[in-house]
Amino acid sequence: MSQRDSIWRNMDKPLVLMYLLLMAMGWANIYSAAYDPEHANLFDRAREYGAQSVWIVASLLIGAAMLLVRGEFIRNLAYPVYAFVLLLLVLVLLVGREVNGAKAWFGVGGFGIQPAEFSKFATSLALSSYLSGLKTLKEARSRVVAATLILLPVGLIMLQPDTGTALVSAAFVLVLYREGLSGNILLIAILAAILVVLSLIMKESVYSIPFTGTEVHGQYFLIFLLAVFCLLIFLFVRKFVLKHRRKRIYVYLLAVLLGSAAFISSVDHLVDRMPAHQQTRIRVLLGLEYDPRGFGYNVEQSKTAIGSGGLLGKGFLNGTFTKYKYVPMQSTDFIFCTVGEEWGFVGSAVVVLLFGALILRCIQISDRQRSRFTRIYAYCVASIFFLHLMINVGMAIGLAPVIGIPLPFFSYGGSSLIGFTILLAILVRLDAERLEVLR
Amino acid sequence: MNLDERKYVLIGGVLFICVVFVLRLFWIQVVDQHWAARAADISERKITVFPSRGLIIDRHGELLVANTPVYDIMVVPREVKGLDTLGLSQLLNVPMDQVRERLRKAAEYSVWKPSEFEKQITAGQYAAISVQLYKYPGFYAQSRTLRTYPPHVGAHMLGYISEVNARQVERDPYYKPGDMIGVGGLESYYEKELRGRRGVKYVVVDVHNNIQGSFNGGEFDTLAHAGKNLYTSIDLQLQSLGERLMQHKKGSIVALDPKTGEVLALVSSPAYDPELLTGRVRNSNYRILQQDSLRPLFDRALQAQYPPGSIFKLAQAAIALQEGVINLNTGFPCNKALVGCHNHPYAANVEQAVQFSCNPYFYQVFKREVEQGAAKNRFEDAALGLAKWKTAMESFGLGHPPHLDLPAVKGGSIPGVSFYNRIYGEKAWSFSTIYSLSIGQGEVLVAPVQMANLAAIFANRGYYYDPHLVRAIGSPDSLNMHVQRHHTMVDDQWFPPLVEGMRRVVNEPGGTARQARIPGITVCGKTGTAQNPHGKDHAVFIAFAPMDDPKIAIAVYVENSGFGGTWAAPIASLCMEQYLTDTITRPDLMQRMLEADLIATEGNYTKFVSKRRKQ
Ligand SMILES: [Zn+2]
Repeated sequence: MSQRDSIWRNMDKPLVLMYLLLMAMGWANIYSAAYDPEHANLFDRAREYGAQSVWIVASLLIGAAMLLVRGEFIRNLAYPVYAFVLLLLVLVLLVGREVNGAKAWFGVGGFGIQPAEFSKFATSLALSSYLSGLKTLKEARSRVVAATLILLPVGLIMLQPDTGTALVSAAFVLVLYREGLSGNILLIAILAAILVVLSLIMKESVYSIPFTGTEVHGQYFLIFLLAVFCLLIFLFVRKFVLKHRRKRIYVYLLAVLLGSAAFISSVDHLVDRMPAHQQTRIRVLLGLEYDPRGFGYNVEQSKTAIGSGGLLGKGFLNGTFTKYKYVPMQSTDFIFCTVGEEWGFVGSAVVVLLFGALILRCIQISDRQRSRFTRIYAYCVASIFFLHLMINVGMAIGLAPVIGIPLPFFSYGGSSLIGFTILLAILVRLDAERLEVLR
Repeated sequence: MNLDERKYVLIGGVLFICVVFVLRLFWIQVVDQHWAARAADISERKITVFPSRGLIIDRHGELLVANTPVYDIMVVPREVKGLDTLGLSQLLNVPMDQVRERLRKAAEYSVWKPSEFEKQITAGQYAAISVQLYKYPGFYAQSRTLRTYPPHVGAHMLGYISEVNARQVERDPYYKPGDMIGVGGLESYYEKELRGRRGVKYVVVDVHNNIQGSFNGGEFDTLAHAGKNLYTSIDLQLQSLGERLMQHKKGSIVALDPKTGEVLALVSSPAYDPELLTGRVRNSNYRILQQDSLRPLFDRALQAQYPPGSIFKLAQAAIALQEGVINLNTGFPCNKALVGCHNHPYAANVEQAVQFSCNPYFYQVFKREVEQGAAKNRFEDAALGLAKWKTAMESFGLGHPPHLDLPAVKGGSIPGVSFYNRIYGEKAWSFSTIYSLSIGQGEVLVAPVQMANLAAIFANRGYYYDPHLVRAIGSPDSLNMHVQRHHTMVDDQWFPPLVEGMRRVVNEPGGTARQARIPGITVCGKTGTAQNPHGKDHAVFIAFAPMDDPKIAIAVYVENSGFGGTWAAPIASLCMEQYLTDTITRPDLMQRMLEADLIATEGNYTKFVSKRRKQ
């Protein structure tokens, strides 16, 4: 039995099928978004779809090549690849081409390469490699190493600056959690997020504290509310909880209250020091400011494009709202608008569900691995796709902040396409070897 | 602790996000129609394609009314950036506060769609504006056409166009607010032919407001049809001459081609430059014209009704001959006790009576017409006679509006039995009550166009065609106008002697209109002077020429000018000469007529007109 037969027989066909399907849909969308009757040729370099066609062919070739690489080889190459991508990220800061204020590109002929897109699979490989060698994540040293692996590329990407791509690394928190990081960290993160949102919303108004007649700013009122809440718990605990457990709970309560108060004050402080346009962006996101021509404009336009698609959409090449440039960045960050407008609710729901299926499939694949490395890597892949789906589609439909990250296989751009292809191809290859690898 | 279960956090997250996203998509795409409406509002435009309005052309192909491009400055509020209000105010000559106010209104209407900012800038003004306009993003020019009048004549008969009012929009669903509609004259009468049919194009525009293509492949578009040209019978040379001759005078000239009923000229004076009622200046000029004491907006050729004076005697004589109450050789002495007269030789027959325009003669003629002895009672007899007379008179196109293709044509008045019964009571009036009708005074009223028609009847020796201005619509070859020929109740045989009388009026010693002679052409005519209780008498002269092959019939009415031969006859003569020979052989006479100012003391109207014309 030749190696080719083995990979063909053992590779996860549903995953590959979903990949090909998403790529085909993505390509059709790019074609439509940038369609120009005078340059209808699929490979016409004058239009974005011409370039994208080239990238797709390149991705397929690279993806196929990756399938032929032995898993052993990939695992051994995890750190060198990671190191190489770090080197690229440093280099791009030195000799990169600046586009839209970010030094994120290497120019290669007419095509540009964004090394940040490769950091996703590189970090995944390195993290998988490191975590698979650990028994537990409880030691402080291993936590520091894991965090460093994640934050090194993040730091470099932030220097470009490309906040969107850097933010995707939050996906790795999910991986760490899965691998044993205390759930409290995740919980505290979520709690903090809620507090941030609440304090920002309440910051806008003045409240009066009941029975005192005192009027205070929202953020202090929030602290006041928390204090009342803690007091109620304190009374509850004193009445119903056994004496020897109370002390511990009191400490927790006090810590939460003081921590929250400090956190709220610092958020308040930070926001006040932010540049005006960023403050506005936050306020628009929270629905505190309706500003269709300013920062909320993109989202307003995006929602209009998607909303105008109706149930079945306007049809292929008929998405006039997106085609006539009403949506900014409509072939990259806001590509989902074209989906929504041309294919309607049915089409966009299919795309969302297809992504959901892809992520769940990755989790399923992760589950069936005997190799820890592959299991962690698969989970990395699932988390990365999850974050991209959540943020990109979320922002297009007005549920997430406007953060510039691509929708995998849909957004125009070769680096992300190749990056995601490699990410998936490695997974398919590793998974195909699940029966022969015992480690 | 089993870490395996932690995967459910991610699985749950994925499922949660998918459900939330799908619900959200369902909400904005299927349930909430607001977004679809917003997309259409922003990216689709209904463009009205205004057809060019038909031109109005004279009988020799000269343009009377044409179209000229003007420019509207449009604004798309969303695209306005860093507006230099002062600069724009100066460029467009719009006050600063107006600039802000209009911008606010435009934004109120729509920030995406263009609104009119300043209307109807002429091509000349636009040339200066266009080179600066790029400095004002969000503003652009849109061309449309305006009426223009190359020869600057014929304001009354041509009419003008104006924006439709609310009532017109309500009455005719074709019109939308902002449309133009013909008001008065040919513009109004032939509105449907001239306007053509509006087309509508639905287009999709991009974010920069550039048209990117038709909506739904043009499925809902309709084509515009250009308005049809009007080929009129007006002779521009004659019309212009008529208007010039009538300057500084009140009155009118109507010239017809008796063989067809075609109107050759229709002059009402004081006239005004039709350009005054175009474009941006229309409203202010209209107000000025409206307040002028000389009433320049009043179309005297069609709407003024005057006592006809002695020209009425022609019809009186014809009817008397037909009814046999006189014969060709009937003579009456000039008995000034009956009715006043001037000194002249004895009128021994009808020809001479016409030539001398003897008032007592026609007193007698009318007496015989009215008192035919059909009834014993003097009053009953008069009623029977007058009824017969009125019917005959009406067959001369009098007493009812002519079928002229212009709006608001007055028909004058031939008083009848019921009229006098109403005033005096039944059997309470007789000939002696109504004798002043005999010489065209009293209750009889005739509009100038009817006077010209009277001349045409005598030119044709007994019949007339409905007077009309338009010979063809759409193409000059389609002479498609149906014109009715009307015979008078008087037999043809009675006309030649009266025509001979008209010849003598102009050409024989003792005639009242010897100033109307044209060298080499036999002119037939009749003067008239209508008493005016408010001032100097009105003068009228009707004529046709040449006698044996009449090509033009004309009526000239000059208010407050005294005797008809003095001003009306020479003006008619010059007009006929111009039309028949295309030259004026009497420059002195011409000069005298041009310079004559019969309303110098009244109003300041003519100065206003001449000042404006120089622009
Ligand atoms: Zn007499």
